[in-house]
Amino acid sequence: MKISMIRDLLDAEVLCSEESLDHEVYSACGSDMMSDVLAYVKDQAVLLTGLVNPQVIRTAEMMDMVCIVFVRSKRPTPAMVQMAEADGIVVMATSKRMYEACGMLYANGLIGTATHV
Amino acid sequence: MSEPLIFHFDVDGENFTSAGQASTQVKKNLRQLGLSPDIIRRVSIAMYEGEINMVIHADGGTADVGVTEEYVEIVLKDHGPGIPNVEQAMQEGFSTATDTIRSLGFGAGMGLPNMKRYTDSMEIDTVVGVGTTITMRVNL
Repeated sequence: MKISMIRDLLDAEVLCSEESLDHEVYSACGSDMMSDVLAYVKDQAVLLTGLVNPQVIRTAEMMDMVCIVFVRSKRPTPAMVQMAEADGIVVMATSKRMYEACGMLYANGLIGTATHV
Repeated sequence: MSEPLIFHFDVDGENFTSAGQASTQVKKNLRQLGLSPDIIRRVSIAMYEGEINMVIHADGGTADVGVTEEYVEIVLKDHGPGIPNVEQAMQEGFSTATDTIRSLGFGAGMGLPNMKRYTDSMEIDTVVGVGTTITMRVNL
């Protein structure tokens, strides 16, 4: 799935790194606990979260993720968007709730990867 | 064998926002050295979890990352409260973090287990009331 399709499915607003919308992604995870993201995900690409603080961006950086979706109309701060942009991570925001957003992406072929390393 | 490369960082314990800066820098340095993405990711995550722990529990500390031809070694040192029961602390889900820390997305009791999971060896040297030194290695 292209990142642009995530934007379309979730009716999301892209906040940075639009040049990477053609990037193909194959897996995603949804969590508000960054330690769980760091523990359970492998070869992940997309993070869906309702948590808003700079450690969300850092976690994505550490995991080599390429896209972060903020759900429930949460908005990252300008400093967070800058951090993500510097690392080429696409950031978008949607009004959809976590359950609905994950369900829509899963139903359209973006699977989860709940495996330890 | 050539001398190991050492990267030294001071981890600010007062600032949750900046936590992880050292890990971000190490990731960049290891990329420049041409290490494989898998190795870089494992080192970065293990160090990041350790850095977060130092900020949450120990008012910061120091991080030293050494790169040899055989391994990457991460030494995290703090003068925090120490870990009274290491075996308990290593259990997934055990945490002494406050609700405030949990609301920031950490304190799920996964930090130390994650650090062990992503590295080839991990040693914890801790004395209650004195501090903790954690030494991790990822083999190349």
